[in-house]
Amino acid sequence: MTINFRLNGNDTSVELAVNKRVVDLLREDLQLTGTKEGCSIGECGACTIIVNSKAVNSCMLLAQQLEGCDVITVEGLSDGEKLHKLQENFLKYGGIQCGFCTPGMLMSAYALFLENPKPTVDDIKTAIEGNLCRCTGYKPIIEAISASANS
Amino acid sequence: MTRKLIKSVINIENKEHEFIGEVSLLEQETWGKNDTLKIIGKEISRIDAVDKISGTASYTSDINLPGQLYGKFLRSPYPSAKILKIDLSKANALKGVKHILTYENTAKYKWYYETSFLLDPIVRYEGDEVAFVAAESEEIAEEALKLISIEYAKLPFVVDTEKASTEKNIKVHNWGNIVEPSEYKRGNIETGFADADFTIEDEFRTSVVLHNPTEPHCSVVNWDNDELVIYDSTQAVYQIRELAANALGIEQEKVRVIKKYMGGGFGSKLDLGKYTIAAAIVSRELKKPVKVVMDRKEQNLCVGNRPDSIQKFKVGIKKEGLLTALQLNSMGTVGAFPEGAGLSWPAKTMYKCPNLLVNEKSILTNAGAARAFRAPGHVQGIFGLESLMDECAAKLNMNPLEFRLKNYTEVDPVSNQPYTSKKLKEAYKKAADLIGWEDWKAAGSSKSVNRIGLGMASQIWWGGGGPPAHANIKLDKKGNITIYSGTQDLGTGTYTFIAMVASEVLQIPIERFNVVIGDTKLCPYAPVSGGSMTAPSVSPAVRDAAERLKEKLMDTAAILFDEEKNSIKYSNGFCVNSDGSKKVSLSEIAGHLNEQDLLIKGSRNENPKGYAINTFGAQFAKVEVDTLTGKVTVLKISASYDIGRVLNKLTLDNQIRGGIIMGLGYALMEERIIDENFGKVLTTNLHTYKIPTMMDIPEIVIEIASDYDPMISNTGVKGVGEPAIIPTAAAIANAVNNALGVRIKSLPITPDKVLIALYVSK
Repeated sequence: MTINFRLNGNDTSVELAVNKRVVDLLREDLQLTGTKEGCSIGECGACTIIVNSKAVNSCMLLAQQLEGCDVITVEGLSDGEKLHKLQENFLKYGGIQCGFCTPGMLMSAYALFLENPKPTVDDIKTAIEGNLCRCTGYKPIIEAISASANS
Repeated sequence: MTRKLIKSVINIENKEHEFIGEVSLLEQETWGKNDTLKIIGKEISRIDAVDKISGTASYTSDINLPGQLYGKFLRSPYPSAKILKIDLSKANALKGVKHILTYENTAKYKWYYETSFLLDPIVRYEGDEVAFVAAESEEIAEEALKLISIEYAKLPFVVDTEKASTEKNIKVHNWGNIVEPSEYKRGNIETGFADADFTIEDEFRTSVVLHNPTEPHCSVVNWDNDELVIYDSTQAVYQIRELAANALGIEQEKVRVIKKYMGGGFGSKLDLGKYTIAAAIVSRELKKPVKVVMDRKEQNLCVGNRPDSIQKFKVGIKKEGLLTALQLNSMGTVGAFPEGAGLSWPAKTMYKCPNLLVNEKSILTNAGAARAFRAPGHVQGIFGLESLMDECAAKLNMNPLEFRLKNYTEVDPVSNQPYTSKKLKEAYKKAADLIGWEDWKAAGSSKSVNRIGLGMASQIWWGGGGPPAHANIKLDKKGNITIYSGTQDLGTGTYTFIAMVASEVLQIPIERFNVVIGDTKLCPYAPVSGGSMTAPSVSPAVRDAAERLKEKLMDTAAILFDEEKNSIKYSNGFCVNSDGSKKVSLSEIAGHLNEQDLLIKGSRNENPKGYAINTFGAQFAKVEVDTLTGKVTVLKISASYDIGRVLNKLTLDNQIRGGIIMGLGYALMEERIIDENFGKVLTTNLHTYKIPTMMDIPEIVIEIASDYDPMISNTGVKGVGEPAIIPTAAAIANAVNNALGVRIKSLPITPDKVLIALYVSK
């Protein structure tokens, strides 16, 4: 089947099998490997992307469900060479260690800002709780998101 | 001669390894304190961070080669069985299935220290490899697994550690269930107990826990003519090269292992995976690349774990607080294949205790094999020992910190050698001040519903690193500088510190350095990234290389200026002549050289002889326990360490915080649970196997007690990755005891255990 959707601001049309997951569409067909797959069952948040302004686990969504949707992945976060303020603050506060959870963290934070531009630390923790990190101890991630909220 | 070959012995992940390799003989004085340095010790953003935040960083699981096949293992659903019959006909008939390996059609590649094979007709745990399918897509491979028909004869199994240790009839291997029992004696244990005013006997237990790095284990394998190229999510490119070559019976020089970025490892990615070799066999046969990525269930069944422990202690103490004797009998399960579950190094080395007797056993059970997991042995051992030390202090009505200081040792109690540096007293003081230890009261002082408690624990680990470790530095004719080292970055910041060290020496910005690591073909040897030895081994080699390059630049400038070399000054990337009239930049010098590029090898020095090299530290915890629900909330952890010199404050703090949070998981929630009736693991995903989330984190304050180690190397760096997790669970457990007046003696401290302990104590 063919589906049409917007991906990182571009109209996109792809031919795909009905059982293809979004994470596979992105990573394999479209070679957007910034979106990571950590658990395949919606528990780790590494594959988080934004669909119609909401953070979703792309391993839990069939690609055909994207028909007509507006999709943003980590590759669409920066404006060309110019990093998004979230990315800048992840850099500054050291919100990155191995980096595997980072794209998902960024997308969950971005979705939070779309809904609530001035989140408190508790709002941030609640929004990002589903994104697991095994390296950083989370603090610099919270700081980076917090700083982005206040800028 | 500025180099020589030596033999050295280094403890990596609780095992002694002997190395023969070249060391640098250049006498480079250790730098002064970090406040005298330009970049070392500062908070520097990772040089690889932009790649990671923009989604362009290429992890092994992101690599796709043209025409690649996808591999998947069929795994045993039973904890113990014999394969009677394999029927591949339906699976082979599925379109897109290209090859299936089983024990019947595959050579007997020895595995698990020659106790089993890559594919073995006997399966010994749920998840053991039965068949390997290679297909045109991952979906087809998964579909094919369902079409393979296996007839098993189920065999009796044992999954409980204690039961397996005494079981006579059910044997995991025909030679038994006990691996390498070991004994250690110091002084005379009987005399020691006779000298004591009090003796205490106690038992502590910990659970099996799972590494769960965020990136699953994976390999992409391809034969390029007769060269085997392995992209692997590994902590040890050179070790994987050696193990893969040995497994396949080919020359190491015919194997190239590459790993650029990886999503964590924590010890579980130190070993060669069966998936890598199965992929290599199929790839060789079909002349196509093969990619294998494990799923989360496989992660939780088959790629290692931290053994559990049952630690039985007897300790003798004098009224004034001195330890006279310590006896430890311990066991832990290593799963279905030989590994080590030893945990006695803290008991042997943390305190001055003249009389010691230790007996340890590693027990086989029908479960996934253990692997090194961030400070193997020490995390379990410190929990037992430091819980016991608190009990000793309580017996004497003594402050737990005071008790530990009374038994402080200035020499390594096993070797009787002095330490190259030990700033544990300073670490105790800093961490105590940061938590507000002056408020400490005896356990059980609070009777309110929500009770606050304070606790502490000490830490010891190796982490001095050592040779051989090399780094090449290359200056090309355009002045670009590239540093190559066969080390790897688990996410810990290896790329960044390499550039920082070179930048400090050559006095030019870190952006000028291109760092290439994790490639056995391009990079000279460096050790595995385990045992907290990456920074202490590699940073001195990088400095050595950069210093040698600086010398060479000054030599060249002397020729260009037609002056004596000792009149040339080097400053901020320029060589200046004696009267300051001539100045030439590093790039200009490179352009003058009639060599294509300048390639210089740097090496780590030999460790000083006659000294023990260890890291030390302490963590203090403040917890709140809800006595109605049994929930433990960690409010604050303070941490202070002697880890030698801090290279990068930003990545250091990340490492320590990450270790503490992993330790918090170990203390309060992480546990692999096996159903004893069926021998199946119940915690195979991240919903049932709980790791800490953002909601679980306490306030964490960190202060480093050391400036640098004055003896071990030209950078004075010791490792921090493992020290970070070692004391956390013990500190939390001691704080819980302090809050409740009741000790929970097994990890994890879950609400049910708290409620039962409170009920029993009434």
